[in-house]
Amino acid sequence: MSQVLFFIAAIGALAGAIGVVTLRNPFYSVLALAFHLVCLAILFLLLRAEFVAAAQVVVYAGAVMVLYVFVVAYVGGGDELAGGSALRILGPMFAIALAVELCIAMLGSALKGITSKGAPYVLGFGTPGHIGRLFLTTYLFPFEIASVLLLVAAVGAVVLARRRRGLEEPDEQLLVRIRAPRPAYTGTMAEAAGTRVAETVPPPEAEAVGAASDSREEGGW
Amino acid sequence: MAIGWYLVVSALIFCIGVAGVLSRRNPLVILLCLELMLNAANLALVAFARMWGGEDGQVFALIVMVVAACEVTVGLGLVVAIYRRHLPVDVDELNELHG
Repeated sequence: MSQVLFFIAAIGALAGAIGVVTLRNPFYSVLALAFHLVCLAILFLLLRAEFVAAAQVVVYAGAVMVLYVFVVAYVGGGDELAGGSALRILGPMFAIALAVELCIAMLGSALKGITSKGAPYVLGFGTPGHIGRLFLTTYLFPFEIASVLLLVAAVGAVVLARRRRGLEEPDEQLLVRIRAPRPAYTGTMAEAAGTRVAETVPPPEAEAVGAASDSREEGGW
Repeated sequence: MAIGWYLVVSALIFCIGVAGVLSRRNPLVILLCLELMLNAANLALVAFARMWGGEDGQVFALIVMVVAACEVTVGLGLVVAIYRRHLPVDVDELNELHG
């Protein structure tokens, strides 16, 4: 039973990984990675790492993938053009060579445990209780460092992706169009309904610059 | 299943990730392939933890997950910043540093 499950999950994980690399549309790549992560969580369960599997599904396949989907939707993942870079041929060849080398290194190693099914199972192996005790006793320092690292990454992401004002000159044509004097009682519904006084004076400079900023800036997140 | 099978799967996933990082040009997909490589390392760590019967490897895998989440947030922030500046979202075009 566990062998069947292993092969299903391993083939699923490998297929998901190949899908991430080969699919043209980045959105489908993200979906393939989510499938890959779920299959990997099954492998973790087979290795009796319950807490890691749960964290994998919740944190990776849940939170991180949502982040990816948002950014792909924002940037608009267009299909990339097939380029003539030499790396497009050399990269896969290097990867195949690396795979052969890694398989030789691992299967030819003298580690006796590799051919076994692992150490005898102790009750409670890999449960949140055991992991939590390790985190708060032996590995307390890495635990605290990880929290600081998460904080720094969150602040860094906000600083990197924030909206910057005044980087580029506003579009000259758009400024002229906005500033052009307009006869009274033409144009907007507000003037026709009488709720807004018609103005023939051009709006102040600051407003025009604000209106002329790029439409990409409007829908920030 | 013997532990060696898990290690072989981990090695294959890592190599697929390497191929993706080297051959794709969209920075989003390159980040996804980095995730693949980190996950392959996680699988190897958990497999070795099972082999030795200790949970330290699983703790290591969780720390790797934290580092991967940080890498994703900063990387996606960079991609959004690139897009906001109207630069092409393509690592071959972004060669001002001539790396």
